[in-house]
Amino acid sequence: MEISRHWRLAKQRYALVGEVCPNCEHKIFPPRDICPDCGEEAQDLYQFSGRGEVYSYTQVQQAPTGFEEYAPYTVALIKLEEGPMLTAQLTDMGKRPVSIGMPVEMVTRKLRSDGERGMLIYGYKFRPAIAS
Amino acid sequence: MPEDKLLRPNRDVGIIGYGAYIPRYRLPASEVARIWKGENFKGPPGEKAVAGLDEDVITMSIEASRNALARAAIDPTEIRAVWVGSESHPYAVKPTSTVVAEAIGAVPNTLAADWQFACKAGTEAMQAAIGFVGSGMAEVALSVGMDKAQGRPGGALEYTAGAGGAAYLIGTADRSLVTIEASYSFTTDTPDFFRRANEKYPEHGERFTGEPAYFKHVTAAADEIMQSSGLKAEDFAFAVFHQPNAKFPTRVARSLGFIPEQLKPGLLVPMIGNTYAGSALVGLTAILDIARPDERILMVSYGSGAGSDSFIFKTTENLIHRRELAPATLEYISRRTEIDYATYARYRGKLVSK
Repeated sequence: MEISRHWRLAKQRYALVGEVCPNCEHKIFPPRDICPDCGEEAQDLYQFSGRGEVYSYTQVQQAPTGFEEYAPYTVALIKLEEGPMLTAQLTDMGKRPVSIGMPVEMVTRKLRSDGERGMLIYGYKFRPAIAS
Repeated sequence: MPEDKLLRPNRDVGIIGYGAYIPRYRLPASEVARIWKGENFKGPPGEKAVAGLDEDVITMSIEASRNALARAAIDPTEIRAVWVGSESHPYAVKPTSTVVAEAIGAVPNTLAADWQFACKAGTEAMQAAIGFVGSGMAEVALSVGMDKAQGRPGGALEYTAGAGGAAYLIGTADRSLVTIEASYSFTTDTPDFFRRANEKYPEHGERFTGEPAYFKHVTAAADEIMQSSGLKAEDFAFAVFHQPNAKFPTRVARSLGFIPEQLKPGLLVPMIGNTYAGSALVGLTAILDIARPDERILMVSYGSGAGSDSFIFKTTENLIHRRELAPATLEYISRRTEIDYATYARYRGKLVSK
């Protein structure tokens, strides 16, 4: 049971809420309360747009425990338009191949469930950006 | 008591934002027929939308609600109620609406609740939101109708039980994209379709789902609201009804005096199937995507059990530029990946590997 951990991460996982440095305006994700750029204290919440592009990717065939039912799936490094880089699953690829530089957008999806009786865990994934 | 039976809020309200969501996978009805009836069986036409492995009513409601927020252009903390109507809430106990409210940033000063009334749970939430805002208790309330619909493998429902729905932000009329001119609800105890606790698939009453159920309730709800408002079919630009198949809404529309042109823009069932609690509501988003200002729309939902909610909407100038702020319903529909029955069985969790 890791309920408290999932609960603590809900804001950043559901909606890409990170932080912005009040000193140098550096955008921070995941939130870490200290600006990695200038070292100042940074605890102001910042809502990321969710837009970004694929920086690199790999296909997962042998999924770790809890993710078996989703394999094969693609995990990508996503460069957010505000700057930070994060790791996330790609989803809704349909029959499209992944490519570096592909524009993507954040969606909140089911990441996994904690067994048959446990909680459902939701969080960000990225999909090919919809036109408008 | 007024002479008519309409539901009247204390102040005028309307839709200040709307958003659709339809997952990208499509299962043609002919593929269901191939598996259960054989290669040569001519099944019903059309196809249905199927949710991906990582989608459920929570994730689909979040996306539709974000689209509604984008069009409303409001701060999500203004939302004082998050109400999600569905018959496929992921948890039996733990509200879908709490996760949706957290994800869209509406917590903590908000009500949150899940509604159920078969296929009209979403419009039931909309009626409640009209009352909640119309009484002055709140400035903005969110109502969602969304489903990942269940149908027993091989059963009649499996051809059309689809996935998707829509979210509506209800607020005061002065800032609305669409004003709500009237609403009405009609309910009786009619056991045409139900799912017992802990059962995976619903049961339905075959032909009993027609005359005493769908047609009686939809017709009564439409007749009352049109007569009490002094309006006839020709006074509306569009009409949208609950659409379990194409036949039922087409027949009820004709009997109420509507012509196919009024019905067609909101008749999505041939493309996405019956999205249960999302059905009439996602038909309405397709209409709002193309309507012009000052046009009247009639919407009548139907929920088994049974009841209908009817609404008269009127579009405003605000709709025209605001609707560009989120993806149109047809953009979701055209984002299409066809799947076979085996993939469908996997996506719907019908395969068990342990």
